[in-house]
Amino acid sequence: MAVHPTTIAVDDPHAGAHGSHDHGGDHPPHLKHYFISSEQQFDAAKLGMWLFLVTEILLFGGMFVAYGIYRSMYPELFVEASTQLNTVMGGINTLVLLASSLTVAWAIRCAQTDNQRGLFWNLVATVCLAGVFMVIKYFEYTHKFHLGIFPGSHYTFFAEGTPFTLPGVEAAAEHGGGHHIPEGELPLTNQRAGLFFSIYYVMTGIHGIHVLIGMIAISTLAVKAWKGKYSSAWYTPVENVGLYWHVVDIIWIFLFPLMYLIS
Amino acid sequence: MSTVATAPARTEPVQRAYPPGHEPVHNYLHEPGPGPDVHGFQRFWEIFKSWATTVDHKRIGVMYLFTISIFFAVAGIAALGVRAELLAPGSQFLTADQYNKLFTFHGVVMVFLFIIPSIPASLGNFILPIQLGAKDVAFPKLNLMSYYLFLTGASIALYAIFSGGIDTGWTFYTPYSDTTNTAVLPMTMAVFVAGFATILTGINFIVTIHKMRAPGLTWNRLPLFIWALYAVSIVQILATPVIGITMVLLALERFIGIGIFDPALGGDPVLFQHFFWFYSHPAVYIMILPAFGVISELMGTFSRQKVFGYRAIALSSVAIAMLGFMVWGHHMFVSGQSPLSSIVFSVITFLIGVPSGIKILNWVATMYKGSVWLATPMLFALAFLFLFTIGGLTGIMVGAIGVDIHLHDTYFVVAHFHYVMMGGTVFAMVGALFYWWPKMFGRMMSETWGRISAVVMFFGFNMTFFTQFILGSQGMPRRYFTYLPQYQDLHVVSTIGSWFLALGLLMVLGNMIWSLFRGKPAPGNPWGAATLEWTHTTSPPDHHNFHRTPLVTHGPYDYDVLFSGDGAGGDGAGGVRIAGQPAPIPDPEVGGPQEMEKSVDQGTSQPDSALD
Repeated sequence: MAVHPTTIAVDDPHAGAHGSHDHGGDHPPHLKHYFISSEQQFDAAKLGMWLFLVTEILLFGGMFVAYGIYRSMYPELFVEASTQLNTVMGGINTLVLLASSLTVAWAIRCAQTDNQRGLFWNLVATVCLAGVFMVIKYFEYTHKFHLGIFPGSHYTFFAEGTPFTLPGVEAAAEHGGGHHIPEGELPLTNQRAGLFFSIYYVMTGIHGIHVLIGMIAISTLAVKAWKGKYSSAWYTPVENVGLYWHVVDIIWIFLFPLMYLIS
Repeated sequence: MSTVATAPARTEPVQRAYPPGHEPVHNYLHEPGPGPDVHGFQRFWEIFKSWATTVDHKRIGVMYLFTISIFFAVAGIAALGVRAELLAPGSQFLTADQYNKLFTFHGVVMVFLFIIPSIPASLGNFILPIQLGAKDVAFPKLNLMSYYLFLTGASIALYAIFSGGIDTGWTFYTPYSDTTNTAVLPMTMAVFVAGFATILTGINFIVTIHKMRAPGLTWNRLPLFIWALYAVSIVQILATPVIGITMVLLALERFIGIGIFDPALGGDPVLFQHFFWFYSHPAVYIMILPAFGVISELMGTFSRQKVFGYRAIALSSVAIAMLGFMVWGHHMFVSGQSPLSSIVFSVITFLIGVPSGIKILNWVATMYKGSVWLATPMLFALAFLFLFTIGGLTGIMVGAIGVDIHLHDTYFVVAHFHYVMMGGTVFAMVGALFYWWPKMFGRMMSETWGRISAVVMFFGFNMTFFTQFILGSQGMPRRYFTYLPQYQDLHVVSTIGSWFLALGLLMVLGNMIWSLFRGKPAPGNPWGAATLEWTHTTSPPDHHNFHRTPLVTHGPYDYDVLFSGDGAGGDGAGGVRIAGQPAPIPDPEVGGPQEMEKSVDQGTSQPDSALD
């Protein structure tokens, strides 16, 4: 961008920055020229973030509606298919995410109190906990793929003698049938099992993408925190990413009982 | 207080003495660019870069305007093709498959790439911060990102169209969109990405309106255009994520067969319709609410009278935005939903007629006993009143269950939504362009040709679409490639009307291009309006919109204050003083219809400089 001088009213806090963008003078270094005060800038950023989080809730809201409709249409399917999900792994993941919400909130507190070391290490801890979540998720997914538990038409983990009336399902089952079923695993007898796992994979998958995005964002924050970019005077990104991370956490808090704890 | 610095001189030297710190810098169209020694491609590249990387809301608005105008033209040509094909039953120059792809192309491009971003992203981006007395929107970089996301979405859409096209109609109904071998997958991604652009614009507008209003600009002093954009932004951020997830589910359905909408796997195709209309009905209000805002501005300015029922108009926009989320089922009366829910959706649909009627009646009351000035923007506003009333009332008709069973999927519905979308939004947008063009580009458009084009467009529009009401009530189904010979006469009339409509639009385009090169330089307030973009900034606006943050002391339509001239002379010396600053009561010598012939010197007799 070309650097150009501006003429602004005399009561303007940016007046010291005439003719340059190096933000010298007596106004806060992070104050953008189109805001009047740091408070206004902080409030605007936070309101913007809340509005963005509303869109996130609505994005997942659509999927929760689909979940609710199919659960009321096929209640027995959800009860049976849910037994395939590993409650222990899901439970550990829930605790891991809750812990990460604690560390990110702690990081914000550290930023407010100018505790640079605490800020950095709490951000690192958050990324690590998110990583643990993704690794556990990876093992859950691969175990299911191994058994033939795929979404929709690719689902093949049916028990012998499952009654088929839907043409699309039967064709898929015959195509992928006849593979070895490991000891101790219970195949499903509901021909619509693929539908449950479509919802499961789509919801947890999109949630997982949000965790990955959060990991990237928090890593970036950690690098900048290491360089000492944040202080009690300006920590807007830490605050906003923290809000985002709480929403990612809350969505999982709803997903876990709805998927894993049906009986 | 501070050192005085001026921009590199690009135009004539300033002819007037300005108080220190208040010199005009440069308007947004003339940012400091390459020097005179840079020529050829290098020069083009420098100027291109300065536009492509700008975060100035005014330039982004202009870029949006340019982009959506191209899509409007392309989709309009497709519409002319559809109409030409329908001149006679059977195949004229298209096969049935090509016809299906052509009307889908028209619908998808018009809806997602033109009319959804139309007024908010182009004129809204340009005008909203200025009407608020702000220097920019709250998140300028997100604003630029929104433009590039829109371009990305548009590029994917064009890829989809050129890699085989798509023949589902703009509604993508399953199960057909699951099974057709046309390019549904890239098109869903295009809608998904373009949706992000809409969301970012919506967030930007809401935050800007909440946090960046000038001192004294209370909610009850907001221009009604702002109120309308506020309501639109709410709809944008609440509805768009739902179409986003719907498109993702549809894409996954085609890509890996998740079967959520596929009855063969136990899924429910009607759920897709619910999801789709949960977005797409509110999206109808994304399209029309900004037009309401424009008409409120035009009615006040060109009637020289306070907008009647200001609060009723402002809050009815919000009411429409809220009610709009509860009526999606009226698109699905024949999709097999329960009779009870059909009745509920039908009743709530009627309710939307109430806030819409409040607006219409208040606009008419605004003109009553005003001094109505029939300039081009006002002609378009009057055309809007006429056309939108027809479109709205026929909407009530098709919202009634019994009537809809007969009219569903006929040309009656086609005519209804074209009266609202084209007769409503497009007429309002063209009127808004005539109104704000002098502010955006500093040039007046031709009044004579403007008035002629308004009349031609109005005539052509009614010829095209009123015939379709008759066709639909006689049973002509929509989206059909051919028809029974008994419908041919009306189809021919409709097609000829579409040529007049195109001619009118070409006149508008020609007028715009002519004005950029030959138009008279625009004064700061050519229409004598009372909102901030007219009273407190130059035409075109300064780089930072205002030389100093305005202080708002009256409502947006207080023309009596504007023209009273009781001591509020050119230097503001006799005006009210607050905190040592003269209250920014505009100079009554500037603006007003009688000023149209006055020669204007470069920026010196414009409102802001007159104040200083």
